[in-house]
Amino acid sequence: MALSNDFIKQKLQERFGQQVKNFEEPFGMLTFEAPKELNLEVLQFLYNDKELGFQFLTDLTAVHYPAYAEREIAVVYHLHNLIENCRIRFKVFTAIQQPDINTATGLFSSSNWQEREAFDFYGVNFVGHPNLKRIMNVEEMDYFPLRKEYPLEDQSRIDKDDEMFGRGGSFGFGDTATERKLGTIPSAEKE
Amino acid sequence: MSTTEKNIQLPEGRIETKTTRLNLGPIHPATHGVFENILEVDGERIVSTEQTVGYIHRAFEKIAERRPLYQITTLTDRLNYCSAPINNMGWHLTCEKLLGISTPKRVDYLRVIIMELARIGDHIICNSVIGVDTGAFTGFLYVMQYRELIYEIWEEVCGSRLTTNIGRIGGFERDFNDIAFQKLERFLKEFPAVLKEFENLFVRNRIFMERTIGTGPISAERALNYGFTGPNLRAAGVDYDVRVHTPYSSYQDFDFEIPTGTTGDSYDRFLVRNQEMWESISIIRQAYEKVQDIKGEEATVFHADVPEYYLPKKEDVYTKMEALIYHFKIIMGEIDIPPGELYNCVEGGNGELGFYLISDGGRAPYRLHFRRPCFIYYQAYEELIKGSMLSDAIVVLSSLNLIAGEMDA
Repeated sequence: MALSNDFIKQKLQERFGQQVKNFEEPFGMLTFEAPKELNLEVLQFLYNDKELGFQFLTDLTAVHYPAYAEREIAVVYHLHNLIENCRIRFKVFTAIQQPDINTATGLFSSSNWQEREAFDFYGVNFVGHPNLKRIMNVEEMDYFPLRKEYPLEDQSRIDKDDEMFGRGGSFGFGDTATERKLGTIPSAEKE
Repeated sequence: MSTTEKNIQLPEGRIETKTTRLNLGPIHPATHGVFENILEVDGERIVSTEQTVGYIHRAFEKIAERRPLYQITTLTDRLNYCSAPINNMGWHLTCEKLLGISTPKRVDYLRVIIMELARIGDHIICNSVIGVDTGAFTGFLYVMQYRELIYEIWEEVCGSRLTTNIGRIGGFERDFNDIAFQKLERFLKEFPAVLKEFENLFVRNRIFMERTIGTGPISAERALNYGFTGPNLRAAGVDYDVRVHTPYSSYQDFDFEIPTGTTGDSYDRFLVRNQEMWESISIIRQAYEKVQDIKGEEATVFHADVPEYYLPKKEDVYTKMEALIYHFKIIMGEIDIPPGELYNCVEGGNGELGFYLISDGGRAPYRLHFRRPCFIYYQAYEELIKGSMLSDAIVVLSSLNLIAGEMDA
């Protein structure tokens, strides 16, 4: 019997009631949300239930939504039932002030480094993780670089003095003071 | 007194029984990439190890949050640079899924040709490097000639060799020229014999078998728990292949088998890759036939008709108003992408390469996450080599097909 999204939804609601919510199906993949305290219980249920059997953790990552008050950081699990070939997406949200989330390392060995990566870039504190330290960045780093408060440089900025690359420029055409200065360059070269 | 002095003064016939810490990498010929292994060894036996990655982290996920879709292709090149076209195609397919673009069959088949060439290119590197690490250099140099030929085909199609940036959203930037097809024919004619010879060098070679059989084995259960995908998972006996499970780019039109192993050791990983190359040759042959079967108007199609995302021809930009408008909009990045959230994956050279894309309707993705297969399965390295000899650790390392660029993103 092939797993259908409705069936998975029904099973989850039977077990967790109103606590699992925000069911969506973007591009056909069932997506839902649960309170962060329940993340392990939900994962365990999806793993152990004979009919669901989501035993393969495809991907674990975090997303920062500064606009969502008290639930700024999302941890996203992509799970896969390889036998039925069905994928689902499961999210938990946490406040950025205290981003504590239970670790899934007990259930999936593969989540070890992926959780370290989420910690490294978003500062998610995985409670119970055996070795929660930075993985990509240097250990001395004291901020979490993929959070949205660290924007990349705006490519259209013009305040930078980098005339060599054709952006902005320092000649100040139209500005009489600098134009006069420019006029002195050829005479200096003659000497 | 220093440890060295203490050891010198040990009575005759006694040796220090402490374990030694050994750094394998970050720059070491046997790591084939920039990553470090801190090995704790007792004599020649490995007691424990800690893997360190991140030496070439380039913040691709952050950079992608500022770039329009077509500029992200160049970032994906630099993930698994041994099979860059698969990454490119995976990214185009993800964009096409988000934008709701369907590609013509001819484009799909041409993409399959390019992707399977990339898979062969990836696997001959990995398999011949296992040979190098077990002391057989000849095979490596021999098959390298045919990787060169693969690169020449890419060069005809996209102009570059290693970091290809091949294809565009909707198709290819230009049609395959005659030289590309001639070289492909030459490849299909000559490579099988070369692969056969390469196979004969290794598969029943006593030294090679003794070095690889039983080194770094993993059970199917542990492999799944560690998130193994691709040839490494199949070597453990699980026949999971994205090309078959969720066909993309018309893979359902092709007839091929998924080779699997049983023990998940280095030898099985070698054999699975080897067999996959044979399957790839067969897929390329089928795809080439299908491309040739397309006749008439359709035989010149090399991209979908999506003017909002596919750059118009340069001649048209100078002469036609619409083309000029689209050119300007694409180049200036003024086209918003529709909001949405999707996960799309392809079968990369070393496993399931996934793209998790969240768009909030702006010009660049809100969040883009790459599922890099070797970052995930490299975690298992400690479990694979614990208790084995140091020389086996090297063989396991090369048989896992680890690419530093992909690991660090």
